[in-house]
Amino acid sequence: MTELMAEKTRKNQTAPANKSTSLTALERQYILLTQNGLAITEKPYHAIAEQMNISVEHVLTLTNSMQERGIIRRIAAVPNHYKLGYQYNGMTVWDIDDEQAEKFGDAVGRLPFVSHCYLRPRFLPEWNYNLFAMVHGKTPAAIAKYRGQIKELLKEVLVTRNNDSSQQITTQSNDMLTSTEILKKTGLRLKR
Amino acid sequence: MDNTTSPFTNESKNDSTNNRQNSMLSKSRKCQTVELSPLEKSLINLLQHGLPVCERPFAQIADEVSSTEHEVIQCLNKLRNDKVLTRFGPMFDAASLGGAFTLAALAVPEDDFDFVTEQVNSFEQIAHNYRRTHRFNMWFVIATESAEEIDAVIAAIESKTCLKVLNTPKLKEFYVGLYLPV
Repeated sequence: MTELMAEKTRKNQTAPANKSTSLTALERQYILLTQNGLAITEKPYHAIAEQMNISVEHVLTLTNSMQERGIIRRIAAVPNHYKLGYQYNGMTVWDIDDEQAEKFGDAVGRLPFVSHCYLRPRFLPEWNYNLFAMVHGKTPAAIAKYRGQIKELLKEVLVTRNNDSSQQITTQSNDMLTSTEILKKTGLRLKR
Repeated sequence: MDNTTSPFTNESKNDSTNNRQNSMLSKSRKCQTVELSPLEKSLINLLQHGLPVCERPFAQIADEVSSTEHEVIQCLNKLRNDKVLTRFGPMFDAASLGGAFTLAALAVPEDDFDFVTEQVNSFEQIAHNYRRTHRFNMWFVIATESAEEIDAVIAAIESKTCLKVLNTPKLKEFYVGLYLPV
């Protein structure tokens, strides 16, 4: 599978850890001008410079600074999954040992087919999963295989819980929730 | 689930069309895939990782894909116009812009599903909402300006639907970055 051969760019790997990133007025203006996209022209930053009434060098410096501080994750193309044939996604969820969660969460996040990976709180007994990893594939078999690979990586830290027969809910150590319908999807925008 | 856009307000002008186009994934799945030229494939693969920050980024990209600046620009504009690319430009980290986010879920009885969908989607703070295969069968992202507003939206959803919201804000982010090779 070509999906497996993809390599992740390291710089996106570590997220900025809740650092305070207050925006200057210029940065705010920059965001408002670019949040709907960058012009695909010979000199895209010149158009921004003109609108902001600053030099193109200043625009490039601003861009680099915001990227270094994690305000801009990357300047990139985001394809429509479905048009590229990636019609299946699975939200894999895992009940893993809290002590090991950071180490193993990081390892799962490095897998090439994982697009989002987060640690989230449990709500026992209804919800026992603390690690979420999103996978995308072209077939149901592809996402099932990815789930299997994550499971292999996590096998030693998966939590086994005693199922209390008085409870209606049986707990598993992991699951994969596939989406069957998009009920709403909007782009988020900074207000003017 | 993608938090890489900016916070604060949901762009609503395309909502209804998007919702209509995307509702019932399974029915429309097969016909949406597009045929791509070798140049289109190279650009999609390369530019998901990122565009260089310089005065003429597309000239630099053209060298990498053995094409010309003009051809790259034409090709990318076509991909954007055809909606093969849903976004092109800076991906802002929503949280560092000061907004608050959470992923939340509801276990909705099947008979009430349409009603609850309508109730939940009526909040402008609901950015994404998916039906998923689980007892918790509705998963949505709440995007607001403040943490307090998240709590208020959750309380309002609970009161409108008489269902308990499972609120799972991120405690730690290990990776965000979609890469779909073609």
